[in-house]
Amino acid sequence: MFNFPAIYALLMREALIYFREKERIASILVSPLLFLFVVGKGLTGSSPVEGYSYQQFIFPGIVAMVILFTSITYGLYIIWDKRLDFLKEVLAAPISRTTLFMGKALGGMLGGLIETLLLLAIGMVFVMPLPPWKLLLCLAASVPVAYMITNIGLIIGAKMKSMEGFGLVMSFLTWPMFFFSGALFDLATAAPYIRVVALFDPVTYAVDLIRWILVGYAYFPPLASLAALLVFCAITTALGVAAFGAIQQEK
Amino acid sequence: MPPAIITTDLTKRFGALTAVDAINLEIREGEVFGLLGPNGAGKTTLINLLSTLLKATSGTALVAGRDINREPLAVRRNIGIVFQEPSVDDLLTGRENLKLHSLLYGVPRAEIDGRIARMLELVRLTARADSFVKTYSGGMRRRLEIARGLIHRPKVLFLDEPTLGLDPASRKDVWTYIRGLKEAGDTTIILTTHYMEEADSLSDRIGIIDQGHIIELDTPSALKRKVGQDIVYLTCAPGTLEKLRGLPFISEGIEEDGRVRLTLEDSGRNLQALLKAAGDVEEVEVRRVTLDDVFLKFAGHQIKDEAENHSMFERIAVSKSVRR
Repeated sequence: MFNFPAIYALLMREALIYFREKERIASILVSPLLFLFVVGKGLTGSSPVEGYSYQQFIFPGIVAMVILFTSITYGLYIIWDKRLDFLKEVLAAPISRTTLFMGKALGGMLGGLIETLLLLAIGMVFVMPLPPWKLLLCLAASVPVAYMITNIGLIIGAKMKSMEGFGLVMSFLTWPMFFFSGALFDLATAAPYIRVVALFDPVTYAVDLIRWILVGYAYFPPLASLAALLVFCAITTALGVAAFGAIQQEK
Repeated sequence: MPPAIITTDLTKRFGALTAVDAINLEIREGEVFGLLGPNGAGKTTLINLLSTLLKATSGTALVAGRDINREPLAVRRNIGIVFQEPSVDDLLTGRENLKLHSLLYGVPRAEIDGRIARMLELVRLTARADSFVKTYSGGMRRRLEIARGLIHRPKVLFLDEPTLGLDPASRKDVWTYIRGLKEAGDTTIILTTHYMEEADSLSDRIGIIDQGHIIELDTPSALKRKVGQDIVYLTCAPGTLEKLRGLPFISEGIEEDGRVRLTLEDSGRNLQALLKAAGDVEEVEVRRVTLDDVFLKFAGHQIKDEAENHSMFERIAVSKSVRR
């Protein structure tokens, strides 16, 4: 059922390109680091969690932010593939659209995980100590998050016709997803409308789960967050396969 | 031997525009089939339909025995496409592009490196195989694309303007390779091109497509014969025309602007007899019927202008290939 050589080939391609675009790897980290080291240390007040500073409180949210931005950008970049006709090559190959989708999704996931690792490394040095088990759990939690967000990016990218929409997606989807997730504040004390919107935001569950791993505090029961993430993964997979199935060569 | 491609009322509509209109076409196995038509005629759409890159609005086709609607994956496994605009990945090296392609098409692992080496040699890119395609010229990209289209040894090969933008030496190499495939006989080739001499010298048959229909389909010589005859201009002594009237292969002779203008059949064979009968001749101009004339007659367009304009489009297309 799974075309392993093809998925391997696609993953290899994404990995090669990822490691060749070094400026992108670094630039993705800029916003998150600004939040972590400027907002994190600027808003010196009380932290919602006992025993942890505000910076440490938002650190999980920033990890989720990195995954969010990396993965969604990766997915949207499929538009470049379309525009520059590289996608034609894989569309003409004897692989199913599902295989293509899986290859792309795994490729995006890889990028997201590497950025997460980089951020965790920086965090270990400057923000809070991270025993190996926390590190591993964090990475493990990042897997479904990266997968799910990459899918969202791919679904939108598959439907979009040009790069002009990219800015729109960032403004109307990505940033709201970040802010409403409770990355920067405790949902428990937030205004009701925020809490309502947060329920529908997949990033909320990502932040919550990672926060529970890193500082031991969570708004939802951790298992509920995990379940929610897995549900989002399933839904986005289905939508992604459908979206890719509908891609036809333009012109 | 079943045909390599059979289409049955194959149609593609884009909203109100019918790009391909109920085409019924049979392409024989092992033949080189030339597809000629002006831009917008539906050539590329037809190729995209046959290669399952586009879904047909109605009708169907069997490519290498497989149905494009019901078994698209099987179709793709048996075809190769060299696209009009090079679609090689410029963030990878040439070699990596070929490796990716081989894996996607299920080339046996053990054979991949060998085939890559042979293909690179064929298109003369061995020296640059490990540079990024970003650094390749337009001609090099196209050569890589050709290598890529062939590496999995497809049964049916679609070549969309394969020598567009290539220098004469590279064009010659590509033609030689196509002729080699033709002789080996186990690849069916569908070729679209603006270059008349390319279509003429390589194709077994030519289909002329215009506005979504195949309006003429025949061998190059048959098409040229349908269109008309060769024209020979003689600058010669007065009275020569009378000497030539009796010749069987001349259908018309008039005096025009101080020259004798003759319409005749197969100037290639008949020129010697003509000149012998004409006696002293100062100058001879032979205008053979070309596919351009064929096209002009059947589709009423000047395909040569299209080719000239194409270089401008090429330049615009190249400017697209800048990431970010």
